Amino acid sequence: MMLKIENLHAQIGDNEILRGVNLEVAAGEVHAIMGPNGSGKSTLANVLAGHEAYGITGTVRFEDEDLLALSPEDRAAAGLFLAFQHPVEIPGVGNLYFLRMAFNSVRRRRGLEELDVMGFLALAQERMKLVEMDRSFMSRSVNEGFSGGEKKRNEILQMTILEPKLAILDETDSGLDIDALRIVAGGVNALRRPDRAMIVITHHQRLLDYIVPDRVHVMAGGRIVRSGDKDLALELEEHGYADLGLEVASDRSASVGATP
Amino acid sequence: MTTVTSTARTSATAAPTVAELLSRLGFRPSGPSPAWLTQARHASLGWATARGFPTLKDEDWKYTRLGPLLDVPFERAGDGDGAGRRVSPAMIDALTIDAASTRLVFVNGLFAAELSLLTDLPEGVTVTNLASVLAEGGAGLEPFFSRPFGEYDHAFTAINTVLAEDGAFIQVAADALITAPIELVFLSDAHGPPVMANPRSLILAGPRSRVAVVETYAGTSGGVTCTNAVTQVVLDEGARVEHYKIQDEPDAAFHLALLDVRQGPGSRFSSGSVALGSKIARNEVRVRLEGEGAEAGIDGLYLPRGDQHHDNPILIEHAAPRCTSRQLYKGIVDERGHGVFNGRIIVWPDAPGTDASQTNKNLLLSDHAEVDTRPRLEILTDDVKCAHGAAVGALDEEALFYLRSRGVPYEAARALLTYAFARELLDLIESESLRTHVETLVAGRLSTDSDGTGAHSGD
Amino acid sequence: MTDVSNDVREFASQEYQYGFSTDLDTDAVPKGLSEDVIRLISAKKHEPDWLLEWRLRAYRHWITLEEPHWQNVHYGPIDYQDIIYYAAPKPKPQLASLDEVDPELRTMFDKLGISLAEQERLSGVAVDAIVDSVSVATTFKRKLADVGVIFCSFSEAVQNHPELVRPYLGSVVPYRDNYFATLNSAVFTDGSFCFIPKGVHCPMELSTYFRINAADTGQFERTLIVAEEGAEVSYLEGCTAPMRDKNQLHAAVVELVALEGARIKYSTVQNWYPGDADGRGGIYNFVTKRGKCAGANSKISWTQVETGSAITWKYPGVILQGDNSVGEFYSVALTANHQQADTGTKMIHIGKNTHSTIVSKAISAGHGQNTYRGLVKTLRSAEGARNHTRCDSLLLGSDSGAHTFPYIEVKHPSAQVEHEASTSKISEDQLFYCRQRGISEEDAVSMIVNGFCREVFKELPMEFAVEAQRLLSVSLEGSVG
Repeated sequence: MMLKIENLHAQIGDNEILRGVNLEVAAGEVHAIMGPNGSGKSTLANVLAGHEAYGITGTVRFEDEDLLALSPEDRAAAGLFLAFQHPVEIPGVGNLYFLRMAFNSVRRRRGLEELDVMGFLALAQERMKLVEMDRSFMSRSVNEGFSGGEKKRNEILQMTILEPKLAILDETDSGLDIDALRIVAGGVNALRRPDRAMIVITHHQRLLDYIVPDRVHVMAGGRIVRSGDKDLALELEEHGYADLGLEVASDRSASVGATP
Repeated sequence: MTTVTSTARTSATAAPTVAELLSRLGFRPSGPSPAWLTQARHASLGWATARGFPTLKDEDWKYTRLGPLLDVPFERAGDGDGAGRRVSPAMIDALTIDAASTRLVFVNGLFAAELSLLTDLPEGVTVTNLASVLAEGGAGLEPFFSRPFGEYDHAFTAINTVLAEDGAFIQVAADALITAPIELVFLSDAHGPPVMANPRSLILAGPRSRVAVVETYAGTSGGVTCTNAVTQVVLDEGARVEHYKIQDEPDAAFHLALLDVRQGPGSRFSSGSVALGSKIARNEVRVRLEGEGAEAGIDGLYLPRGDQHHDNPILIEHAAPRCTSRQLYKGIVDERGHGVFNGRIIVWPDAPGTDASQTNKNLLLSDHAEVDTRPRLEILTDDVKCAHGAAVGALDEEALFYLRSRGVPYEAARALLTYAFARELLDLIESESLRTHVETLVAGRLSTDSDGTGAHSGD
Repeated sequence: MTDVSNDVREFASQEYQYGFSTDLDTDAVPKGLSEDVIRLISAKKHEPDWLLEWRLRAYRHWITLEEPHWQNVHYGPIDYQDIIYYAAPKPKPQLASLDEVDPELRTMFDKLGISLAEQERLSGVAVDAIVDSVSVATTFKRKLADVGVIFCSFSEAVQNHPELVRPYLGSVVPYRDNYFATLNSAVFTDGSFCFIPKGVHCPMELSTYFRINAADTGQFERTLIVAEEGAEVSYLEGCTAPMRDKNQLHAAVVELVALEGARIKYSTVQNWYPGDADGRGGIYNFVTKRGKCAGANSKISWTQVETGSAITWKYPGVILQGDNSVGEFYSVALTANHQQADTGTKMIHIGKNTHSTIVSKAISAGHGQNTYRGLVKTLRSAEGARNHTRCDSLLLGSDSGAHTFPYIEVKHPSAQVEHEASTSKISEDQLFYCRQRGISEEDAVSMIVNGFCREVFKELPMEFAVEAQRLLSVSLEGSVG
């Protein structure tokens, strides 16, 4: 099993957001996590990536290693990638420079040879085609002044360059028009491989038309309350969360409050 | 080795010393007051005498020349309702916002009971004059008069402590809510020699209480007066105080005021001021955020013209975690007017999570108008979000042209755009009757030199 | 929670790399200051009488002054009688070519990364090097002379071009200007002089390296740059000093004069010894720098990267006298450990349609205290004046401090002055984003800090930009721009 989450709890202050998440993801699989606002989806993604704002209990094993013991950068080097819901802007830091620094940092930790500027540029240009980005974008500052769609494409570009083992996409589809969605999904699908797993967090079934999941989970109130195959997503689309007997869980999530 | 010695600074002005001014004003430290008060007055006298008057070399007084004020041979204001008083009930009516509101009127710093209106107030709410509280011993008031002098204090606040006899006293018990604003009217009235008044007011808001207070400063024309006012506000946990101030003293008047605010946890304080009058006005505000999560919003509009000088020294101290402060000050400066904004935010080391902002915008309407602005940030910890901005400029020529091309005469277009500049601040006034009152004052000021068609109040 | 401060501390407390001292044979006058010492300095430099008189006038004024203490920095008393006011490496260089430079000195410059020969051969930058206040070598003199540019030590200029020095000396920073400028006027020992005649665009960047080497010396150099009508020049200044436990005073004066249509760009990378981690030693960098846009359509631009010195106190300013003249100030100031900086600019708008731009980036780490102090003043004559100021502060560590004190004084209604400033700590979100991509926290901090300063770095000439970035401990490598 690539990722094994057992009884994971996370809280900020007195506010418990994750209340015992259990999840297993095997190599080659794509899992979708759906659920109403405030159910804990983004918190789960942040906790897996090592965000330090949370108090955490439970266990998470990633390729049989204790993931929770690693720093965020070590998790990245181990092959975990998070496509952020709201990618942050870093003024004054060139995109190309940032990407190469990330790429070489990860390579260094993995004991691989670093790429020089020319070598990296060639790689980046090849990957940029996947997400249909033009060259000018490399000289801009990281995410600064990017449109919502450009930011999301930049996340996918970073993913194609860093080639993670486990990619977590946090609402990568939110705010995208149909063309941008197609481009983003194309980039993601190009990365699907038997030795790579993905967790796709989404609010809408729409994305799952492009990225077809092996498993679908529903989160509510800080737990996974239901799991199934891709038909579960369609069922949700048709009937909403209410018809799934989740009223109680939804109520509880409301009392827990929104995740950051 | 010898070190280089230097020559002493020359001091060759005819201005009086603090001791000279106080003796002229008839300091009577042995008067009928509680022993602690006499002691506090002595301490203040000693401090002010040693400290002397501020000069242009003091950073907080850099742009305000005190010469014209110190040159005036002020005397102590007459006792209350003395003969020849020119303040009439009609004048009070014109100044009050709501004739039915609770109001306290002071003439030359002394309570005028017959002009005041005390309405029924909820239980636990006291609205009276300070002298009557002091006459009964002033239990619990000592700390307000005996605060240690700090870096920011100056001779005028100390002089107020030495001489203050009266002012407003408002105390709101826990959980009490006062919905209608309490009006405090301070009138200066001199028809003989120049007089100086030293009103002192206290506003004490208990836990979770809510109260709104409007201070109005005005006066009769003809004589020369100086108002040296101190208002102290203390907000207990969760209290909410709205404070407004309208300064519309006669053009020959001097106005020095300090609003000192201390805020407990989770309290919210807002202050909105409009400065229209006086020859030299200095409207100082100090807010100390002492309890976690307190919020303060300090706004002001100043409109000096003629030879008026309006100085706005604002000090916000963040002394507790996660407090928020906002300042928005706007100046509209015409003729030979001089506007000064001197905002200062200090974030102390024990105030993580501070969020503070400060904005000052100025409009210069004449070739001889002058603005000096100093938005200052002093930050002594790292977990902060602070921003400030200042701008000085003229009316937007394009907007002016646009209006004129639509047939609006030049003067009217100018007044319209000027009023629009002030509008942002007027919209912050919560009470509708007060907002209308202030809008009328501001619009009246801005339309004086036009044909009167340009400015209008509200929509 | 991470301990950001660990990395930050490490980043901020990088060891000073220029702390060696070179064993040069030094010719110095005795400690202390008096009219006799000034006469001795002037005599050693074979100065004309008018200059000695000027020095003495400054000295007589100085002894009537009090040392100023309004600035937001704190330091113990300076004993002005415990300073050596003249120290020159011996033998006093009378150099025909670089080959004659003291080999020890050459080695020192090599350590500094400014091999004079290299500079001359490769980069085409003309270098004047000042060690302990005396100019030791000026490269490229010939090539510059061909186009009429004079670039030499101040002492040489006094000997060879008194008619150019005399009218401009003290014309921007009068000897009565302020305590330290007055002291400098009395005791300055050398500096650079540069004159670009009418219509000439200086064919290469001019550069001066300053180094304080001898112990107990003060450095009081004086730089004067005059650009005649339509002339252009870019001037670079770099500074280092050895590690010494005692504080050393550096009180320089820089005067720039731009006549009609002239352009002067003055860049500084100041890396004087900042003192050790506990705040012992380091340079007191109390400098007066001012330019005058004397003619219409002239432009003066200051760019500074201040990473060194125990205390930095300077406000490179521009007097915008000519109509349509332009003044610029771009600054990065980093204070770490116990460093203090009180720096900013003065833009004095006098002429019509004069424009000024101020961009200040301050970084405070450790116990560092950083103050921006700036004056924008538009006089009544300055119709159509414009200023835009942007001041940002970044705080790294809860013991650091950032202070912003702008002074804006406006006397013309058509003037438009805008000031914006922000202060915040380094963003946790940015750090997490970088770390999620595999970048170590330390690298992420460096990267974000450099990004924060980029707006200023891009104003620097290329070699200096690289030096500046390195000084902020980041190799941005090939990705800039």
